[in-house]
Amino acid sequence: MSALRQIAFYGKGGIGKSTTSQNTLAALAEMGHKILIVGCDPKADSTRLILHAKAQDTVLSLAAEAGSVEDLELEDVMKIGYRDIRCVESGGPEPGVGCAGRGVITSINFLEENGAYDGADYVSYDVLGDVVCGGFAMPIRENKAQEIYIVMSGEMMAMYAANNISKGILKYANSGGVRLGGLVCNERQTDKEYELADALAKKLGTKLIHFVPRDNIVQHAELRRMTVLEYAPESKQAQEYRELAKKIHENAGKGTIPTPITMEELEDLLMEFGIMKKEDESVIGVAAAAA
Amino acid sequence: MSQNAEKVIDHELLFRQPEYTSMFENKQKNFEYKHPEQKIIEIQEWTKTKEYQDKNFAREALTVNPAKACQPLGAVFAAVGFANTLPFVHGSQGCVAYYRSHFSRHFKEPTSCVSSSMTEDAAVFGGLNNMVDGLANAYSMYKPDMIAVSTTCMAEVIGDDLDSFIKTAKSKGSVPEDFDVPFAHTPAFVGSHVTGYDNALKGIVEHFWSKAGDAKPVAGKLNFIGGFDGYTTGNLREIKRLLGAMGVDYTILGDTSDIWDTPTDGEYRMYDGGTTKEEVKAALNASATISFQEYCTEKTLKYIATKGQETVALNHPVGVGGTDKFLMEVSRLTGKAIPDALTKERGRLVDAIADSQAMIHGKKFALYGDPDLMLGLTAFLLELGAEPTTVLSTNGDDKWAAKVQALFDASPFGKNCKVYPKKDMWHLRSLLFTEPVDYLIGNTHGKYLERDCNVPLIRLGFPIFDRHHYHRFPIWGYEGGLRVLVMILDEMFERLDQSTIITAKTDISYDIVR
Repeated sequence: MSALRQIAFYGKGGIGKSTTSQNTLAALAEMGHKILIVGCDPKADSTRLILHAKAQDTVLSLAAEAGSVEDLELEDVMKIGYRDIRCVESGGPEPGVGCAGRGVITSINFLEENGAYDGADYVSYDVLGDVVCGGFAMPIRENKAQEIYIVMSGEMMAMYAANNISKGILKYANSGGVRLGGLVCNERQTDKEYELADALAKKLGTKLIHFVPRDNIVQHAELRRMTVLEYAPESKQAQEYRELAKKIHENAGKGTIPTPITMEELEDLLMEFGIMKKEDESVIGVAAAAA
Repeated sequence: MSQNAEKVIDHELLFRQPEYTSMFENKQKNFEYKHPEQKIIEIQEWTKTKEYQDKNFAREALTVNPAKACQPLGAVFAAVGFANTLPFVHGSQGCVAYYRSHFSRHFKEPTSCVSSSMTEDAAVFGGLNNMVDGLANAYSMYKPDMIAVSTTCMAEVIGDDLDSFIKTAKSKGSVPEDFDVPFAHTPAFVGSHVTGYDNALKGIVEHFWSKAGDAKPVAGKLNFIGGFDGYTTGNLREIKRLLGAMGVDYTILGDTSDIWDTPTDGEYRMYDGGTTKEEVKAALNASATISFQEYCTEKTLKYIATKGQETVALNHPVGVGGTDKFLMEVSRLTGKAIPDALTKERGRLVDAIADSQAMIHGKKFALYGDPDLMLGLTAFLLELGAEPTTVLSTNGDDKWAAKVQALFDASPFGKNCKVYPKKDMWHLRSLLFTEPVDYLIGNTHGKYLERDCNVPLIRLGFPIFDRHHYHRFPIWGYEGGLRVLVMILDEMFERLDQSTIITAKTDISYDIVR
């Protein structure tokens, strides 16, 4: 067995992390790798395309039912999906209560102690939004994910989130082994999107590992709770994910320590590509109708 | 009558003085608005019924008086077993004050332990600065050889990562790069103090062994782990005596024998005794490790086994059979014979048991406490011909319960006995009413059950706050078994005397000879 490779997908909410990660992992499974997905998002939607399920029973909901995490067995929480990909969702509280970050810590500890990682080539963590608290940084602690892939787009907030996540990685990279693997741009068809993403990647000291073009076939597959790899294996989009999977596989050990930038530098970047006009204070705070 | 310096009235009698009794009466009459006495008695009686017990056992979300403490308490216990080691708990001060007071109430000795004093800003921004400053202060103030870090709930909920925090603190110069700072995450809301002991001990052992290269096993060299134990001072010294008598080459991992009875000779010892770093490093090359308490060492033994050592997990052996098994395992693992002196000790314990057989035979006991202690005491009671009809543990799980059941099944005295995993002392209260026993065995917290259920309490377990110095005497080994036997007998005779003490009424059995 080759050494266990652990990766994580981070990115702004709604950017297409779960879709991108599941399609990419399906492609990695197609290459013959044994995969374990650990969903670290209270929404618990990181495995639905692999399992063809609405939402998987989560570690924490099952633990709450059983009384405590110690009462769970691995079989209770792990489901097998497309191409024998093993799936676990950590789950978490309802919006507005409790602490979802602690849920991530609890779940990952449970999985490790119960041998969930045994026999896997890849473990992939799919993590919600920014690294908002210590719990969501669990996957980037020492001996967890070696590389982080940030899913983003040409939108300003997605880039802002990518920069924030880089700050989170930097905190742990100095004392440990975690590295930024690269940016994955999920096309939103904003202006000069590729150029912007590529420029941001350079600023962050990493590379744009792949630019995933927009294609409605992804939505068609999603409606059927399938990855594109399974729904339309011959499609052009499936090929894109295969390419991304291949790049990630070959990227082992090539991650870098990120160099996050300031908010001002980020705005400068947008100006450079003409998205924002330089020194044009007159547009700030002015509604479109009024302009 | 106010207190005066010439004649100070003690707490015991003070509140029986008229000014207090009248004040209490007044308060009850004018402010408390109690239910009528009749109603109170009615409800009290109802809580003793089977009907109430069924409701009590149907509880799902509520725990009342759990018979366990939290992980960091166990982590501190494990840490002080290493030479010149300062336990450092990453979290709030209040938690650490609790560990220290808990130990000093039990041992009547101080316990050195510091906290990183996390407050609200640390809860928001993370406790990195507390770790950086805390390690620097602890290192320069208390000059330890090692700082063993654990965590409280607060640090765990916000997800502070000890590994990266400690590395960062070192890079900022809090302590030298090569200074030993082993660590363990010990979330207080998971498991109990025995889990925390296990995590912390594994953290320390792994810290030294992971960078030591391959093990070079020395045949017959043994490691011994005592586990979280309220009698650790007496017990570990007894273990040393036994292993010494057998001529075994051994290391105690986490040697807490000299911490909690430091001599009063004018010198204050912040640290005393304990396993040295060199001993921990060399312990990698032992051929086997014996743990006296399986549930205190689940993860530690698993780790030790990965280094090629044979591991043996016992369940707090007490008495003849338990000590036999321990000594025979030592003999098997080391090839050393059990000396005649120990065989004689065994014979003396058997003799004492036989001498008192008539007193104990068929008596019913309820006992509660840590999972390993329960297994050890259950086996000993069955050995004595007593019936441990109720065995309860808050931190014992279903697998533990199956082990206790196996002990019942192996003895004719275990036929009517029942085990209760994951239950608390309020469950126990119901059981003491519906399935009465002759004696209760447990820690100090059992004294309220003693009063409530009118069942005599024999104090065995942790914590013992209301009796002094029990920890200085062993309950392990044949000598320890003898002490447990005498404790049980003392309580029995005491009760017999009390119930026969009324002149010309019950005193026909108030005898000199028992």
